[in-house]
Amino acid sequence: MKPALRVALLAASIAVLAAVALALKRSDVYLLTLYCVYLMATFGLNLTVGYAGQMSLGQAAFLGIGAYIAAILLKLGWPFLLVVPVAAVVCFVLGLVVGFPALRVQHHYLAFATLGFNVLVYLAMRNEEQITGGTFGISGIPRPTILGVDLGGHVAFYWFTLGSLVVLGLLLWWLLRSPWGRAFAALRDNPIRAESLGINITAYTLLAFAIGAACAGIGGVYFASLVEFIEPGPFHFSASLMMLLAVIVGGQGRFFGPVVGTVVIILVPELLRGSSAPWLKFMQVWYLAVFGVAVVLLMLWLPGGLLSIPERFARKAKPR
Amino acid sequence: MTDRIIEFERVVAGYSPSLTILNETTLDARRGEITLLIGPNGAGKSTVLKTLFGILVPRDGEVRFEGRRINGRAPRDLLAEGIAFVPQGRNLFPSLSVLHNLELGGITLPRAELPARIEEVLQRFPRIRQRTQNQASTLSGGEQKQLEVGRALLLRPRVLLIDEPSIGLSPRLVHDVMTLLRGLADAGTTVLMVEQNVRTALKYADRALVLEMGRLALDRPAAELLGDPDLNRLFLGGKAARVDAGRPP
Repeated sequence: MKPALRVALLAASIAVLAAVALALKRSDVYLLTLYCVYLMATFGLNLTVGYAGQMSLGQAAFLGIGAYIAAILLKLGWPFLLVVPVAAVVCFVLGLVVGFPALRVQHHYLAFATLGFNVLVYLAMRNEEQITGGTFGISGIPRPTILGVDLGGHVAFYWFTLGSLVVLGLLLWWLLRSPWGRAFAALRDNPIRAESLGINITAYTLLAFAIGAACAGIGGVYFASLVEFIEPGPFHFSASLMMLLAVIVGGQGRFFGPVVGTVVIILVPELLRGSSAPWLKFMQVWYLAVFGVAVVLLMLWLPGGLLSIPERFARKAKPR
Repeated sequence: MTDRIIEFERVVAGYSPSLTILNETTLDARRGEITLLIGPNGAGKSTVLKTLFGILVPRDGEVRFEGRRINGRAPRDLLAEGIAFVPQGRNLFPSLSVLHNLELGGITLPRAELPARIEEVLQRFPRIRQRTQNQASTLSGGEQKQLEVGRALLLRPRVLLIDEPSIGLSPRLVHDVMTLLRGLADAGTTVLMVEQNVRTALKYADRALVLEMGRLALDRPAAELLGDPDLNRLFLGGKAARVDAGRPP
């Protein structure tokens, strides 16, 4: 497919996604906005895991840190557009810190180190009641008004979140197509080879975590504004597992992998549960079991993720 | 100025404190020559290259480049000094295109300089030029090796360290790679090469250093060693009866 056609298709898809909100129920628009929020976080995780080859089970912690920063600052009256960079910078710095274990350990050891970070942040959110409100959380988080435009309505906030996601996606696209992006791929493929070319593997490993964390932090700000109430539950490490699942199911190291994978983890379970078609009635009870079996089968059949389907068929079609 | 561009003096290095590979190794490589490092498995040939390139830090002794001590310096610093390293095996990034692999070779260069340097390399490798947009994994073995060497040449190194360039290549492609290295040396680049394909490599090298148990056992002109009836025994690690590690002054 020609690049111009690809861009046109992408722009058309975004336009359809924006327009469809006018025809959907409020709860469906909420779900689409939630999808955009999680996609910000999984885009970042795809950079860390898919492009740079690091393991992270702590992405939900950064989403939570972004959300709590937003909850506190927005309630203090800070402008939304200032809260976003503050959350991104705080998460970037924390991402650098969380990246340090990656300089010493890899794979499942690194997974547990990042998971430990997620557990620690979750406990802090639950127990530091004076700051986070503990299990009661923080309520009454305002939605933004930007340049005099009130984004409090569900469709307006969805459009704003979708637009922000597109901007974030373009920034990541540019980054991954720059020499930095190729250095991340080199780091993933073989760190020793990368080092022999003069790539500073320490800096790139830390950057991979930091940029991924900043994306989740930005997502957290939108999450807090969307839900208007936050508590520690959504930032439990099980959410990190789901985000990792989204990256892997979509196709790690593929730019649009999280776009597909996040549909699978956020939209598909809800669609299955909410289905009113008679032959899908059993889904209202069994949707989680069906979802689990589908994921197992998908991983067995398509370890490269859903976006590897065309390649798989192309390989099969190729004469040996 | 001495013609010894690389010097190892009583270097001790290994992969862990309990695993010493280079055992007070003393050797050198001379400017504009192909110096061939040979010896049995475990003799320390690749370890010499890794220590020289900063991947391993010597525990003792001194590594010098143009008379300056470079012990423990990071690979990216050594690249900037003019030392490039092509490690053993397949060294490309298979998921990236040929052009992107080349660009990675110049990641330490100013971005404005990179296109001209890539053009310079592509002029030398016309077969690579035809395939710049292809994924690196689709190149043949010989093309991949050419690309690896080309990528190392992007920084115009004065010293090229290359570990077993003939691995996995057909005899004709081995000849092509060796001819390329010979051409580089004739143009002034110092090549320090580890190679198991000893007889072929000796035909192109100027000098051969035989390592045994992490020490220099023999230092001879390559042509002389090629005619030695004991070559196989030396290479396979039999006792070097005629050890002659003393170099001409």
